Amino acid sequence: MTTSNATVPAQHGMAEHSHGAGVPIQIRSARLRSADVADFGPVSRVEEQYRYITSERLAGLDADTLDEYIGDISIKHPEGVTTAWVGSDHPAFGGAGLPEDRPSAAAWGSAEQAYLVTIPGDAKPDCEVQIGINSETTTPSALHVIIDAKPFSRGTVILDHKGSAVLGENVEIIVGDEAEITVISIQDWDTEAVHNSAQFAKLGRNSKLRHMVVSLGGKTLRVSTSAEFTATGGDVELLGMYFADAGQYIENRLYVDHAVPNCKSRVTYKGALQGDKAHTVWVGDVLIRMAAEGTDTYELNRNLLLTDGARADSVPNLEIETGKIEGAGHASASGRFDDEQLFYLQARGINEREARGLVVRGFLNEIIQKIGNEEIESRLSASIEAELERSGS
Amino acid sequence: MAILQIKNLHVTVETEQGTKEILKGVDLTIRSGESHAIMGPNGSGKSTLAYTIAGHPKYTVTEGEILLDGEDVLEMSVDERARAGLFLAMQYPVEIPGVSVSNFLRTAKTAITGEAPALRTWIKDVRGAMDALKMDSTFTERNVNEGFSGGEKKRHEILQLELLKPKFAVLDETDSGLDVDALKIVSEGVNRAKEANDFGLLLITHYTRILKYIKPDFVHVFVAGKIAEQGGPELADRLEAEGYDRYVKA
Ligand SMILES: Nc1ncnc2c1ncn2[C@@H]1O[C@H](COP(=O)(O)OP(=O)(O)OP(=O)(O)O)[C@@H](O)[C@H]1O
Ligand SMILES: [Mg+2]
Repeated sequence: MTTSNATVPAQHGMAEHSHGAGVPIQIRSARLRSADVADFGPVSRVEEQYRYITSERLAGLDADTLDEYIGDISIKHPEGVTTAWVGSDHPAFGGAGLPEDRPSAAAWGSAEQAYLVTIPGDAKPDCEVQIGINSETTTPSALHVIIDAKPFSRGTVILDHKGSAVLGENVEIIVGDEAEITVISIQDWDTEAVHNSAQFAKLGRNSKLRHMVVSLGGKTLRVSTSAEFTATGGDVELLGMYFADAGQYIENRLYVDHAVPNCKSRVTYKGALQGDKAHTVWVGDVLIRMAAEGTDTYELNRNLLLTDGARADSVPNLEIETGKIEGAGHASASGRFDDEQLFYLQARGINEREARGLVVRGFLNEIIQKIGNEEIESRLSASIEAELERSGS
Repeated sequence: MAILQIKNLHVTVETEQGTKEILKGVDLTIRSGESHAIMGPNGSGKSTLAYTIAGHPKYTVTEGEILLDGEDVLEMSVDERARAGLFLAMQYPVEIPGVSVSNFLRTAKTAITGEAPALRTWIKDVRGAMDALKMDSTFTERNVNEGFSGGEKKRHEILQLELLKPKFAVLDETDSGLDVDALKIVSEGVNRAKEANDFGLLLITHYTRILKYIKPDFVHVFVAGKIAEQGGPELADRLEAEGYDRYVKA
């Protein structure tokens, strides 16, 4: 059985609901997965995964082959963490998932080697790995990163994307049994950059993953994140924050696959949009398979439209194949800036511009505060500040 | 000595059925140090008056004026009015997700006085005012009004009144929904702030019980968009005994 129920909590100022089709267009689990780009047809609106993106937007990332990424990769990590370039014969390659669309498959096949970061089982929570992807090229290139968090490991991995690029990327995240890992992917590119990133997480028994996608700079940013539970007791938190300016396109696709019993997932994405033709897309697919009894899931997407001419698409899809679950829900709302909040702040002497800034920062802060890393938090707060500054609000 | 004058105020609001006149000629003058109570039936326009003074964009003034020490208040934006010394404690304070009370209070204080308050004395002032209002110190870390109970929201409004030190304060049903203890604490807060800053007070209420703590100099009966009668504190007692029947029918 396939059901989908929408709960849109009444919320002040969240009047314009852009609730997409509540019913999945196809059974989510039936979607093609393949490492071979030839298995995928062209990018076209008729297919769900390309419902909002165009081939033009992808700027060549949907071609059959891409160049191998030759840009700069900087790495900072504590002792014990190891890095290596490995070929597709390495057991970790493909260890967390397989492409589900053409740009991901193109990048998969075009990257002969993957950059493998291994977090050892004895890594402590303060283990922080920073991977800086600092590109200067504008030819469509492919990059494959694998994060292998060994059983019982703890730590944080930050993927920091900067510079100019047309990048097709696959990121695999293998979370071993009992491991607790945070992965943060920051897209803070130059304004002309185009980035398609498919991030696959596979969670072991009693493991925890906190995954966060921060999309700020770049012309087209499309990040597809999927999480798959392979054993009971898994816990995944997928967080996202984005700020789209005039002409910018930011797409986030989520897929949580509850295939085994007693796992928990939370998806929380928030975005602000400002300026003409700022466009964001959020698609949240959650599948609770027959075997996944005791599942506890909730997904939420909220968008704050600061100006006219911006557009936020928000499409939650919940497929439930068993009734024996703890809980399953979703909420999605896109609304104009709340004038009552503005009035309240102004009635306390705060001018309109500053009041707007407070509300937007407040709206996005909820996500930022969950990172639990002060350095990143203050950097992101500064980025939001800059975004607000840029658009003169 | 400051003076707030409301003269022949007519206010309309846009409804689905068209434009509706709510205030139909309100005259009211408040001076520093005075306490005015406004009582009147539901829907008579009390909140509309309060919001119009504060400058809520929903309300359109079609006639009349509001003057603060002779300055045209209606020409000012909402924040300019607040900086000029007007304060409205709202009947339904809104939640502002992600904005902490401490950040909000500091930002508001800075806006009103034109400079950031000295950190050490400010923290002491905030803590002192919160203690007096029996607000837990953890409130400063919470988001503005988010998850606050009805009573907590009202205390938070009065906390702002104490810290922002306006010339005129309009309290819109600050007493509604307060338990007996909270009513006393909040009333004492208002009196304390009034003693310290000698502001003029406009207190909108349905109940005489708050008037036991906050003694009004004047009581106004508000009916169908205007003041139907004025008197001293004894008028409140009569209203409590007799209700608004005589005004509504008249
Ligand atoms: N936006 C609006 N649309 C339609 N009617 C409105 C609007 N705002 C106010 N009104 C109407 O104006 C009238 C006065 O409302 P107001 O809130 O000022 O009353 P009040 O005296 O404060 O009542 P209460 O004692 O219940 O708080 C009411 O009939 C109300 O329904
Ligand atoms: Mg009212």
